[in-house]
Amino acid sequence: MEISLTVNGEARTSDVEPRLLLVHYLRTVLGLTGTNVGCDTSSCGACTVLIDGESVKSCTVLAVQADGLDVTTIEGLAPSAEEMHPMQQAFREHHGLQCGYCTPGMVLAAVSLLAENPSPTERDVRLGLEGNLCRCTGYHNIVKAVLAAAGQQVSP
Amino acid sequence: MIPAAFDYKRAPSVYDACELLSQYGDDAKLLAGGHSLLPLMKLRLATPSVLIDVGRLTNLSYVLDAGDEIQIGALTRHHTLETDPLLKAECPLLAHAASHVGDPQVRHRGTLGGTLAHGDPASDLPAVVLALNGTMVIRGPRGQREVAATDFFTGFLETALEPDEMLIQVRLPKTGGAGWSFQKFNRRAQDWAIVGVAYAHGHGVGLINMGPTPMRASAVEQALSSGASAADAAAVAAEGTDPSADLNASVEFRRHLAQVLVRRALVEAGV
Ligand SMILES: Cc1cc2nc3c(=O)[nH]c(=O)nc-3n(C[C@H](O)[C@H](O)[C@H](O)COP(=O)(O)OP(=O)(O)OC[C@H]3O[C@@H](n4cnc5c(N)ncnc54)[C@H](O)[C@@H]3O)c2cc1C
Ligand code: FES
Ligand code: FES
Repeated sequence: MEISLTVNGEARTSDVEPRLLLVHYLRTVLGLTGTNVGCDTSSCGACTVLIDGESVKSCTVLAVQADGLDVTTIEGLAPSAEEMHPMQQAFREHHGLQCGYCTPGMVLAAVSLLAENPSPTERDVRLGLEGNLCRCTGYHNIVKAVLAAAGQQVSP
Repeated sequence: MIPAAFDYKRAPSVYDACELLSQYGDDAKLLAGGHSLLPLMKLRLATPSVLIDVGRLTNLSYVLDAGDEIQIGALTRHHTLETDPLLKAECPLLAHAASHVGDPQVRHRGTLGGTLAHGDPASDLPAVVLALNGTMVIRGPRGQREVAATDFFTGFLETALEPDEMLIQVRLPKTGGAGWSFQKFNRRAQDWAIVGVAYAHGHGVGLINMGPTPMRASAVEQALSSGASAADAAAVAAEGTDPSADLNASVEFRRHLAQVLVRRALVEAGV
């Protein structure tokens, strides 16, 4: 089936099998390997991307379901090669990552969270990232990074 | 994990969805948010040969004020339920429970119609719709019919929907300021309820994961209507239930949890 969608601002048209998952479309058809597969069972959030600005787990969406829609992956977040997105910058400044495997999904889930709730409390951030697992950081620095990206004071 | 191959059809209307269901019969499945169906298909526990995507029927995504009741389109996503101002004011139990379904990513995709049609006893919202005495509005080739929530869940993952029918709307009473409570017991963030309770004052008590279907706590409702205290009513919470054991909990633990959670629900709701 032919699908046409926008990925990171670029129009894409592809002929795909209906059973192709969005995450496999992004990684293997488009070569956008920034989106990771962690659990493959809709639990870990490593595969999180934005569809029309909202976080979704791309291992649980068919590519054909994204036909006509606007998909953003981690590769499409930064405004330019020189400049990071404020959320990426905050993760870097606050050590919100160690191995980095969960990071693309974590960053996109956080971007979606702030779009819905621009001034979250710490609890809002923790609940808002419920769908993303991190095996390294213990979450504290991720939460700090998201609060900082929302323009809030965070203790060092 | 990759689902088995299937044909994909996009239904431009409810009429077309039902036509396609009649045409393909048992081999076809509707696809709404896909957050129950796709995980099953990836595990090959479901292998429909045709998927009929109704996910784009945006005219079935609404929350409408209809006098004494609220009408909710079947394609309304959990995220909309949790944030809708009318639901927050007039049916806070549903809005609150919806905010406890899975995680934000799941709530951006999953729909009310999907979770009800799936009929999983572990799901949160069937118990809520049962507690509220909701009504399901169903469309099919033989026209439109209404089924009370109490008659809708007929067996494990089975509902009153015929294979060529689609759930199009759910009707719920406005509860305004009446007492309510939603208790979901789990061990980790994001998990399904090990046991859960939905209580709506003046309507009913719904139980999550206490049997093969979403169910009402009839014994508790009877006790309350004959004037029992919260503690006495909660003591009979496991009567008439049939929970199963799994890695999370034994039958005994679930029966115990039902009593504890019903008591907490009744106390929180001011009974
Ligand atoms: C990681 C994860 C965690 C989750 N956690 C929870 C949780 O804590 N609590 C909870 O309650 N749920 C949970 N869910 C399930 C979630 O709520 C699903 O969204 C919901 O169960 C199904 O809705 P859907 O729109 O995705 O349905 P789909 O998966 O598209 O469909 C489910 C079934 O219903 C049928 N169907 C769908 N719409 C209709 C309709 N309008 N008429 C007739 N048949 C229809 C389909 O054919 C299919 O058989 C979780 C899911 C995931 C992936
Ligand atoms: S890989 Fe999609 S949620 Fe884990
Ligand atoms: S940084 Fe390693 S999993 Fe999160």
